[in-house]
Amino acid sequence: MYRYDEFDHGFVRQRVAQFRGQVARRLDGALTEDEFKPLRLMNGLYLQLHAYMLRVAIPYGTLSARQMRRLADIARRYDKGFGHFTTRQNIQYNWIRLEDAPDILADLADVEMHAIQTSGNCIRNVTADQFAGVAADEIEDPRVYAEIIRQWSTLHPEFSFLPRKFKIAITGAPRDRAAVRAHDIGLRMHWNADGEAGFEIMVGGGLGRTPVIGKTIRAFLPKQDLLSYLEAILRVYNQLGRRDNIHKARIKILVNQVGAETFADMVEAEWREIRGGALDLPADEIARIESYFAPPDYERLDAASPAFEAQRRSDPAFAQWVRSNVVAHKRPGYAIANISLKPAGGVPGDASAEQMEVVADLAERYGFGEIRVAHEQNLVLPDVRLSDLHALWQELRTAGLATANIGLLTDIIACPGLDYCNLANARSIPIAQRIGQRFDDLARLHDIGRLTLNISGCINACAHHHVGNIGILGVNKKGVEYYQVTLGGNADENAALGDLVGPAFSGEEIADAVETIVDTYLEQRDRGEQFLDTYRRVGLQPFKEKLYAAH
Amino acid sequence: MPLIKDGKLADDPWQVADDGTAAPLIVSLEAWQANEGGIRQRNTPIGIRLASDQSPALIAEDIERFEVIALEFPKFNDGRAYSYARLLRERHGYKGELRAVGNVLRDQFLFMHRCGFDAFEVADTGAAAVWEEALREISVWYQPTADRRKPATTLRRKPHPRRPAAGTSSGPGDPPSVACAGHWAY
Amino acid sequence: MSQQAVTANRLRDGQVVYLAANNGWSDRLADAAVADDADAAKALLATAEGDVDRRVVVGPYLFDVAVETGAVRPLGQRETIRASGPSIQPDTGDRAVRR
Repeated sequence: MYRYDEFDHGFVRQRVAQFRGQVARRLDGALTEDEFKPLRLMNGLYLQLHAYMLRVAIPYGTLSARQMRRLADIARRYDKGFGHFTTRQNIQYNWIRLEDAPDILADLADVEMHAIQTSGNCIRNVTADQFAGVAADEIEDPRVYAEIIRQWSTLHPEFSFLPRKFKIAITGAPRDRAAVRAHDIGLRMHWNADGEAGFEIMVGGGLGRTPVIGKTIRAFLPKQDLLSYLEAILRVYNQLGRRDNIHKARIKILVNQVGAETFADMVEAEWREIRGGALDLPADEIARIESYFAPPDYERLDAASPAFEAQRRSDPAFAQWVRSNVVAHKRPGYAIANISLKPAGGVPGDASAEQMEVVADLAERYGFGEIRVAHEQNLVLPDVRLSDLHALWQELRTAGLATANIGLLTDIIACPGLDYCNLANARSIPIAQRIGQRFDDLARLHDIGRLTLNISGCINACAHHHVGNIGILGVNKKGVEYYQVTLGGNADENAALGDLVGPAFSGEEIADAVETIVDTYLEQRDRGEQFLDTYRRVGLQPFKEKLYAAH
Repeated sequence: MPLIKDGKLADDPWQVADDGTAAPLIVSLEAWQANEGGIRQRNTPIGIRLASDQSPALIAEDIERFEVIALEFPKFNDGRAYSYARLLRERHGYKGELRAVGNVLRDQFLFMHRCGFDAFEVADTGAAAVWEEALREISVWYQPTADRRKPATTLRRKPHPRRPAAGTSSGPGDPPSVACAGHWAY
Repeated sequence: MSQQAVTANRLRDGQVVYLAANNGWSDRLADAAVADDADAAKALLATAEGDVDRRVVVGPYLFDVAVETGAVRPLGQRETIRASGPSIQPDTGDRAVRR
């Protein structure tokens, strides 16, 4: 993985010192809250419902064991012993003291981490496929380019006061695990006719109040042009994006307003002026960053492990975990192991300090000390030998981390909701817990099959409810929490927005409603179908009839 | 309003109200376009002030006429003028004074300076006292822009100053610093 | 109009606090000064705004409460959660409160 050099180390230390000075100026009155707020936000510090909340960047979701231990240490020393992994591959701490924030940032700087640009109207932490570098279907490791973008976007002097926040996601594989079409810019790697790898550029995706699937404005961009092209997009947006209405300030509104083709023309015109200049990425610079992401020292292993096969046959619970949580690795004899942070009735994405430490230890003993954070709010051990999977699973089980539900109904994506968040209208976590308990039966979950369920506590859609197969949006009607349901959303390479089923459900009704949806699907499904296949075949009507039959 | 220029408090000879004298005058885009008071025909120094929704593309033909271009920040978080400043320096080759006016705060000095501003109208003289400190806070940058600071991406590819250079100092990995600087020096 | 109290977050640590009858701030809702009419509410908020300038608290605002058998109770879900902490059920993690 990427390692800081002396420039990066020097930079984050200067940034910590700068923020320490800004906090001191706030506390001694030189800065008002209005002046201080954007400064703290650009260092990831929010003021939430209960206290300050610190959002720490985990660039493209890659962590070392050492970094994970430091995250555990911060949870214990400065917070209440746990952290919350988010849909942007970051981690949030909920009870931070303003006075402690500079010390926490210094602790993070020691392990090559920071909280820069995890908030504010700037380019946010770049997210990527959590299986980058190890996925069997990958063209190239997208983290190389995510790191290049991370550096370019860090304290970009021109783009630190954009009309609104700006999110970039990148995938190196045809299967989209990074929801790239739900981002302001989505990048997907492709081969061109000459066998060169480059990027498809998608712009104007985003959820929130006005959900839009990103549009392709360039089918293929050579790698060396990546930064100049991004700079051209951002420059057009910075000048023309709306600043008079916060709800119309995202790039998707500009793209819709002028049309994707016109927007593409504007970007291309700007790009013609700057391409081939100082932002050109020379091959040796790409190679330099690539060397950080060189594959670890994999052993030469057989593609099949007889011991693993035997364990799978003799231990049904293990076999079940393998079926849902283990994914094919690009190297023979290795596997990708997903660690679910969604125990039945638990808080989606939360991990205690002890669990973080267990994962760090396991990453070292059963891998090369690397951990990934998935945007689905789970963790990943990317390099596990097939023959080690059973031992790993047993240790995960002891730590309460072996829930066999990745990609299944209870692998719920949920935002913090009204329990923590200032923007929320309704609670998300208790709803996730209620649904998790209702479906606390692994055999039933595996029978139901692949089904994504996303719960957002407000229209800002941090839990991406529009692109959940089942999407739940919390709303507030005269002081009472209600939940709207959408069906048929999809976050992958065939991204689609869900359809609203009808009137909202109360917090007491919502678990029943989900169960009705699942039962209807099970009645309707043909052999071999997943939820989304059935939904696309039969449409909204059968679900609607069942859901509102009593009314 | 106090003016910081080249890092120091400076007298501001420019006036914004046209009293018909030969004093250096900063005019609005509207006044310039309407040629109010025949300003286009004058031989006295002229500057122009652009609002945050007025792109410098609107004065592209006249840029050599101006000794000062003032770009407005109606609020510190209206970041359009950062792009305008870079376009003026890097695209239009503007070499005169580029002045930040409006809600110009200490914590934005560095960003403004990096984008090519060299003069800053500030609310009080205290801002001048902290100017140098504010500009020293960050010295590592990752983007080439319209100033003379070399980004980390360029510095990394040079032989390290504190380390004896390995091999020759003009190897293939060592960019020609003069030509490279030409992309963003002004 | 319902009765109202003033809440804010303390500047230094972000802690939820309530403006108390002695014009100080308390982290206990039970200590909150309760205004019975609009004028009293306005006066409470004015006191609180002074403590913004004195850098004691951030973002004070009025919220609706009911006083029942001497106890102050917030009327809305949001303020109930702010007063008593997240409503979520405890799970497997170690949630020992640090302070």
